[in-house]
Amino acid sequence: MLRFILVKIGLLIPTFIGVAIAAFGFVRLLPGDPVLLLAGEHGVSPARHAELMHQYGFDRPMWLQFLDFLWHVMQGDLGVSIATKRPVISEFMALFPATLELSICAIIFAVVLGIPAGILAATRRGSWADQTIMGTALVGYSMPIFWWGLLLIILFSGILHWTPVSGRISLMYFFPPVTGFMLIDSLLSGQKGAFESAVSHLILPTVVLGTIPLAVIARQTRSAMLEVLGEDYVRTARAKGLSPVRVVSVHALRNALIPVITTIGLQVGVLMAGAILTETIFSWPGVGKWMVDSIFRRDYPAVQGGLLLIAIIVMVVNLIVDLLYGLVNPRVRHGR
Amino acid sequence: MKKMGFMAAMLAATLLSGAASAKTLVYCSEGSPEGFDPGLYTAGTTFDASSRPVYNRLVEFKRGTTETIPGLAEKWDVSDDGLQYTFHLRKGVKFQTTDFFKPTRDFDADDVLFTFERMLDKKNPWYNYAGGQWEYFDAMSMPSLIKSIEKVDDQTVKFTLNHPEAPFIANMAMDFASIMSKEYADKLAKDGHKEMLNQQPLGTGPFQFVGYQKDAVIRYKANPDYWGGKPAIDDLVFAITTDAGVRYQKLQAGECQIMAYPAPADVAAMKKNDKLTVMEQNGLNVAYMSYNTTEKPFDNVKVRKALNMAVNKKAIIDAVYQGSGTAAINPIPPTMWGYNKDVKDDPYDPDAAKKMLEEAGVKDLHMKIWAMPVQRPYMPNARRTAELIQSDFSKIGVTADIVTYEWGEYLKRAGQKDHDGAVILGWTGDNGDPDNFMATLLGCDGVGTSNNTAEFCYKPYEDLIQKAKRVSDQAERAKLYEQAEVIFKEQAPWLTIAHSVVFMPMLKSVKNYKMDPLGSHRFDGVDITE
Repeated sequence: MLRFILVKIGLLIPTFIGVAIAAFGFVRLLPGDPVLLLAGEHGVSPARHAELMHQYGFDRPMWLQFLDFLWHVMQGDLGVSIATKRPVISEFMALFPATLELSICAIIFAVVLGIPAGILAATRRGSWADQTIMGTALVGYSMPIFWWGLLLIILFSGILHWTPVSGRISLMYFFPPVTGFMLIDSLLSGQKGAFESAVSHLILPTVVLGTIPLAVIARQTRSAMLEVLGEDYVRTARAKGLSPVRVVSVHALRNALIPVITTIGLQVGVLMAGAILTETIFSWPGVGKWMVDSIFRRDYPAVQGGLLLIAIIVMVVNLIVDLLYGLVNPRVRHGR
Repeated sequence: MKKMGFMAAMLAATLLSGAASAKTLVYCSEGSPEGFDPGLYTAGTTFDASSRPVYNRLVEFKRGTTETIPGLAEKWDVSDDGLQYTFHLRKGVKFQTTDFFKPTRDFDADDVLFTFERMLDKKNPWYNYAGGQWEYFDAMSMPSLIKSIEKVDDQTVKFTLNHPEAPFIANMAMDFASIMSKEYADKLAKDGHKEMLNQQPLGTGPFQFVGYQKDAVIRYKANPDYWGGKPAIDDLVFAITTDAGVRYQKLQAGECQIMAYPAPADVAAMKKNDKLTVMEQNGLNVAYMSYNTTEKPFDNVKVRKALNMAVNKKAIIDAVYQGSGTAAINPIPPTMWGYNKDVKDDPYDPDAAKKMLEEAGVKDLHMKIWAMPVQRPYMPNARRTAELIQSDFSKIGVTADIVTYEWGEYLKRAGQKDHDGAVILGWTGDNGDPDNFMATLLGCDGVGTSNNTAEFCYKPYEDLIQKAKRVSDQAERAKLYEQAEVIFKEQAPWLTIAHSVVFMPMLKSVKNYKMDPLGSHRFDGVDITE
């Protein structure tokens, strides 16, 4: 098992370098530069343009800038955002808990509903329940997040007044962030009603961000279950006279879960992409929206630093999933 | 879910009852400030959150106008040669007392010197505290304009300029000229926390800074010591909400009382909603299509006039602006002083246009129309505008190709003197002074830059705008600009397209809000009723 873990971690190094190159190169491949865009219609004289580019160090050869970037990354320094003039790492850390909190809630929502729905659809294959679940999953998967979010806001906040429109907590609560997780901070604040307010603000964004993963997980669970339910050992288990519930939940589910865990791991990337839109609609102060703003401003340090951090997070989650996978499936860890 | 709804209602009720004891105004703003030192930035969103609530300037804009009035300077004298501006400072002005700083002295000349030296003097210890980029100050050519700043005494400061420049007074009312507290800066420097000047602002303005949660909420409270009188509202909250549709939902749900920048498509419904008031005003901007007047055949005024007459401007306003724009006649919007109401627009007359083109001896004209790739405050869709103009031109026998480049590249290329054809572009004003449009965009100095894409340099016009720079009396200057506008229309370096219309929806309970023709959102003087 140790060898398996070490190999997996070793593989991260080339991936990390690749990601660093991509993050560094991507924003520079975009036409335009931060100085031109900042000046806008005002324009900037070529001399002043050169002076500013020099000040940022963007006039140096590309390879030198990259090595410099890599060198500073090694020391945990991602540079200073051009727009806000604050360290990229502290900008990211101020916003990341909000994204993480929303993503965790969304994935819990997706797993808690998706797996039972998939099992139900598989065991009642072809029934109306199966048709409904799979039909809904298809709709959920194809729904544009932006439109889905607005639709929910208009219905639940605008017409029914059940949930607040946007934000993380009602404006009447005001306390300094301790952990950055609103659910925890609101409890710590001891202010009456703060936690409930935080929960009510989380509902719609969780549903919106969790919809696509929910659909994917439900479909994956269904097909994995169907495959496993057709296996000989399941028939044997049935023949032994075990109850259908036991067959499904113990014998079939454990094996069906292997591809489902992989799918859940892959959803981390989907969540990050979805977070950009979800955060924009719900004015959720997370890293997704910040990345988009930074790209539009050609804020090189913010974009390359932010992309790198997000990529590292996705990589680490995938590593954990791989390790879990090895734990569940011995064939993987022994390399067959 | 039912329970949640009840809870939301309870929360709303508490919020409202809270508003009864302490008046809280919640403003749904469109984005996050980049920081809180207005000298470092150029974006209106940043100024709304920093310079307007927290700070004052020596000169202020009268609420709801582009007129300049005394601010922290009670009055000023201008020397006869227009080179020396002496500001007499207001006495007894207090900096805000907050949790993070308690001032021990009143505002004085040292604060003014600190404010400007940090942007002007490369050796000043504060010059580089956030990278040394004082963009707006530079963009308005202040470093080359200001020769020196002297403290005459505690209540008097003298600016000496390198050349006469009447718009200097309007520049002193701009956001970058917000007066900082030297005492506060000294304390931050002593504590080794210079960066806090850009994170915890402290000024003399109507509202004092309480806290900012990045990308979520900014809180202020009324400055009880404000020299202009304590504001009518007690707490001011910016709820940062980037999506216009969501801002509208929040307004309807009572989560905010006033919002910026509605989606144009929502405005009709907002106007019908009897809980809301929708104010509107022309933005401080202009969209235009500039002909390169140094190139054939656009060097011929008849050709430019003919092309202008071929364009059905109303169709552009209807199709592209959809109610959020008015046709532009002059280079400046009608909300500005110096706007000449008597100037008439070129009539839409394709037949006459065709004839005029023939008279000019131009046949089978083939030209380029540049359409910028981005949406700007003055132009919702340049591509669509270009297509409409293209089809209008085809009716008088002119074929046009539409070209576009990435935004930065577009500005760069349009700034080259020999660029080809007609460029769609626009301008958002900086200081409400006509000079900022009429000299910046059409003066000889701008030739060969992205400011003057018409490459327009015409002596009778230039003489007028240069004279207007030297005269300090506003009424006299206004007359000069009105004359210049007549020449502008005769010479037709631009097809003037439109000025945007800006809407400001709010609940009926919001009183005394005045739209700012300069485009900022100010909450001093605003009140709320039950």
